[in-house]
Amino acid sequence: MSKKKVVHYINQFFAGIGGEEKADVKPEIREGVVGPGMALKGTIKEDAEIVATIICGDSYFNENIEEAKTEIIEMVRKYDPDLFIAGPAFNAGRYGVACGAIAKAVNDELGIPVLTGMYPENPGADMFKKNIYIVETGNSAAAMRKAIPAMSSLALKLLKGEEIGSPEEDNYIARGIRRNYFAEERGATRAVNMLIKKLKGEDFVTEYPMPDFDRVDPNDAIKDLSKSKIALVTSGGIVPKGNPDKIESSSASKYGKYDISGFSDLTEADHETAHGGYDPVYANLDPDRVLPVDVLRDMENEGVIGELHKYFYSTVGNGTSVANSKKYAAEIAKELKADCIDAVILTST
Amino acid sequence: MVKEIERAGIIVVHMCTVVPISLTVGANRIVPTIAIPYPLGNPELEPKEEKALRRKLVENALEALKTEVEGQKVFE
Repeated sequence: MSKKKVVHYINQFFAGIGGEEKADVKPEIREGVVGPGMALKGTIKEDAEIVATIICGDSYFNENIEEAKTEIIEMVRKYDPDLFIAGPAFNAGRYGVACGAIAKAVNDELGIPVLTGMYPENPGADMFKKNIYIVETGNSAAAMRKAIPAMSSLALKLLKGEEIGSPEEDNYIARGIRRNYFAEERGATRAVNMLIKKLKGEDFVTEYPMPDFDRVDPNDAIKDLSKSKIALVTSGGIVPKGNPDKIESSSASKYGKYDISGFSDLTEADHETAHGGYDPVYANLDPDRVLPVDVLRDMENEGVIGELHKYFYSTVGNGTSVANSKKYAAEIAKELKADCIDAVILTST
Repeated sequence: MVKEIERAGIIVVHMCTVVPISLTVGANRIVPTIAIPYPLGNPELEPKEEKALRRKLVENALEALKTEVEGQKVFE
C-alpha cells in the first residue's frame, strides 16, 4: 500500500517564525514537515507522510477568517491529501479557533477527514467540537509529548477508515453524537443499578448527559445615557505603568482595580499592557487603543454619558482559566453593583 | 467575564475583534472592533482620525446599551 498523504496546519509560533509580533503573517505553504510535524511524522511514518505544512499567523486568520479559509483550502487542494491535521493548539485561543475553523472548512469543502487537538477550555473547542474530532490535550505546549501519540492514533484510524471509538476510548472531546449499540443489560436494569448507586452516594455515569446551555438573558437597555454611570472593564491587560499588582502575562492569577479619575487620556507615560497574548507595541504606545478612556472622558464632559466610573478593572485574558475569569468577574460585578454602576463596556483583545 | 457581569444584573456590551469567540462565550451585546492588538484604534491613521474612529466604535457600543435585545446581537 502506498503511503497516505497528510497536510498539516500550524501557526507562526510553532513554525518558528516568531511570537505575537509575527501573528499577522499571511498563509504560506512549505513542503514536508515543520515544527510539531516532526513528532507527528515519527508516529505515523509506517502508513502516512506529511507532504506539506501550512503556516498562518493567528491574528491574520482571526481577523480575516473568510479570506484565510479560502486561501488555505486552495493550498490544501493542490496536495490532494487523505487527511488534514491542525495544531495541536492547547489553550491558545486564537490558534484554537483557527485550527477548528480551518479543519471544519477543509472537511466541508474537500470532503476529507480532519483532526485537531486542544485543551477543552479553548474557545475553539466549544465552537467546533460538534463538527470535527478534537483530541483533548493539556493546556500548554508542555503537553506536546502526550498530545502527539493521541492525535497520531486517531489520525491513523481516520486514514485507515477504521471505526472511531467513544470520546473516552479515542481521547477526543465529545461531539454530542449518539450511536446505537447492544448493551449487556436491558434499560430497566441499568436504570435501577444507576439509581441504587446514586442512593448509596457512589459514582455513576449517566447515559444521557444534559446539554450544558449556560446562557444569561440580556439585561434591559439603558433609557437615558446622560444619567448613566458607566464602568470600563478589560481582559486586554491595561495597567498603570510598571504593572503594580504584577498581573501575569498569561494565566492571570488576579485582576486589578485602578483609579482613572485623574486621567482624560491614557498615554505611554502612565499606562501599559501586561498581556502576553498579543503584540503589545500598539497598546503600550497608546493604551486608549484597548481601554477608550480618552473618548469616554470627552463624552462625559459633553454630557453624552452621565459619568465614567472612577475605577477600571483589568485582567489578562490570555490562557486564563474559565473558572478564574468567572470568579474575577463575579467579584468585579459585586463591587460595581455596590458602586451603583448602570452599564459596563468590556473590551477584549 | 461578560456573562458574569450580565448575570449580576448589570448591562454590558462586549467590544472585541473575534466576534465568533464572543458569541461562543455568550455575550449578548457585541460590537466588532478593528484588530486584536488594537481593538479601538488603528496605528496607521493620524492621531486625530484614530480618535474619531475610536469615538465611532464607542458610540456604537453606547447605541448597543440603549437597544433592547432578545438573545445575542452583533452591532456592526
